[in-house]
Amino acid sequence: MFSQLVVNGLVTGSVYAIAAVGVSLVYGILRLVNFAYGDMMAFGALVAYGCNGPLRQSMVVAALAGMAATALLALALDVALWKPLRARRAGFMSLFLASIGLALVLRQALLLAAGPQPEAYRVDPYRVFVIGSVRLSEAQTIAVATAAAAIVVVALFLARTTAGRVLRAMADDRTLAAVAGIDVARATRLAWAISGLLAGLAGVLAGLVEYSFTPDFGFQLLLPVFAAVVLGGIGSAYGALAGGLALGLAEELSTWSGFAGGVDPVYKPVVAFVLLALALLLRPQGLFGRARVA
Amino acid sequence: MSTLASAGFWEFVGVVAGIYTILALGIQLQFGFAGLLNFGQVAFMAIGAYTMAILVVKEGWSTWLAAPLGVAAAAVGGLVLGLPTLRLRSDYFAIVTIAFSEIVRYVAMNEDALTGGSQGTIALGPVGQAAQYNGQWAQFQHRMQAWLGLPSADATMLVIVWLAALALLASAWAVLRTPWGRVLRSIREDEDAAASLGKNAFAYKLQALALGAALAGVAGLFYAWQFSYFSPDDFAPLLTFFAWMIVLLGGLGRVFAVPVGAVVFGFIFAGTRFLGFAPFSWFASDQRAYLRLIIIGLVILALVVLRPQGLLGKREEMVLE
Repeated sequence: MFSQLVVNGLVTGSVYAIAAVGVSLVYGILRLVNFAYGDMMAFGALVAYGCNGPLRQSMVVAALAGMAATALLALALDVALWKPLRARRAGFMSLFLASIGLALVLRQALLLAAGPQPEAYRVDPYRVFVIGSVRLSEAQTIAVATAAAAIVVVALFLARTTAGRVLRAMADDRTLAAVAGIDVARATRLAWAISGLLAGLAGVLAGLVEYSFTPDFGFQLLLPVFAAVVLGGIGSAYGALAGGLALGLAEELSTWSGFAGGVDPVYKPVVAFVLLALALLLRPQGLFGRARVA
Repeated sequence: MSTLASAGFWEFVGVVAGIYTILALGIQLQFGFAGLLNFGQVAFMAIGAYTMAILVVKEGWSTWLAAPLGVAAAAVGGLVLGLPTLRLRSDYFAIVTIAFSEIVRYVAMNEDALTGGSQGTIALGPVGQAAQYNGQWAQFQHRMQAWLGLPSADATMLVIVWLAALALLASAWAVLRTPWGRVLRSIREDEDAAASLGKNAFAYKLQALALGAALAGVAGLFYAWQFSYFSPDDFAPLLTFFAWMIVLLGGLGRVFAVPVGAVVFGFIFAGTRFLGFAPFSWFASDQRAYLRLIIIGLVILALVVLRPQGLLGKREEMVLE
């Protein structure tokens, strides 16, 4: 029972972690808390569904198409919306509200285009892998393997490549990075492209794990993802990875009967927020965030 | 077109605009004057409405005792949220408030024994019996209607809600002109400067949060009475965003911009139901519901980009940053 919950927690947590890195990267560069991120995830999930369902493509092709489409969407939105707002030196508040408006537009446009009915990828929900006492569905297996690979790739990218160092340097201190000769416009496009790729991937994986999903499922995912970002310290990419995994594990393990009888599973989403509140009380700057007045 | 022309429909739009005015006034107080990014306003509305309904149905209280207690519960909710979170950075605070409102909705959805769960207030009473919390209110409304000689219940509600809204607007306006209001604005402008003059910024912010929450509680009461039934779905985060849009539309930092924003919002929201011309006529009616929200989203975007001080806002006093 316990090991099953740990595995389930890793599955949920790795989806949160991927999305949380995407949110965190853009926040680090642009100081934008992107409320439309959940709906970008849903966009990626739906594009992949279009390829996998009606167009009969394999899941891999579908996922890649969903990721590419979401990255393009992110870049297009940067040109159409975020760049003009930056040019006007819009502050945190304007950006946050604009992302709320954008989230509404995106979500309703997806509902308009795809209809409100739930969709499911062509994976067999009854095919189950059994490892010892742990059971994993095919979708969960795909999700956790892909997510693990993606997490390693992202971590290596941030730690080892020049582009990754540029992004972290900008998140650390934008002015100093610009003075040091970093091409800010290029780094911004890079951040959006990666953030979009991760949104698409997280959306497809979330769709796989939940088995069926509706075009507005992004919003339900958004709050735990935000919780993961805050838990890790806004703007810290490694923190977001850790925060996502920790939240996923905490949500599942809270239902374990060995833990004070366990929490009623309907309250799993609430566990994430309670944990967040406790963490913020102890460390107001997040687990990995630096203390800073702003 | 028949609905568009009927007085009944516009009375209804007016009632909803009045309720939104009270809800959004709370956000104006919190953000426009104290600089607090509260994105969980709808939770306080839910707390007010549920407290009143539960006390009336389960405890058999009089509506006139239960209603002020609902408002008080909403204010206490504001204190409970603010005590641990107001020291956080503003971006963290914004996210935590949204999370708070979802927790409140989640509890309302799953604690069937307390709130009736997802079936809503109809399940508040014993099994198999449809619960009612607004008997005394309906009587009162009926007497008012006879006394004022008004043609319908909605028309009476329109008068009651807007009288309440105007009274609250006037009180807020008066309160914000006192030294208390000036300190609040100075904290919004520069918290450190206010603190250096010996003002307890945390206490002032907490008071503003609780006061705005109490206003949301009042809005919750009127919402409950107007619709005679509600469920946790009525308190989704979307409602908070509507209230924010009203404040932005009217203008930041001005009390009497709120009703203007609410009325304009009411017209946009209700009016877009009747988009019977092309290109809207190409869509089925359920699809037009999505189009309405797309339009609302686009209006928010346009306001943020083009007119960050709102319709009536003073640019020199406060601009969205």
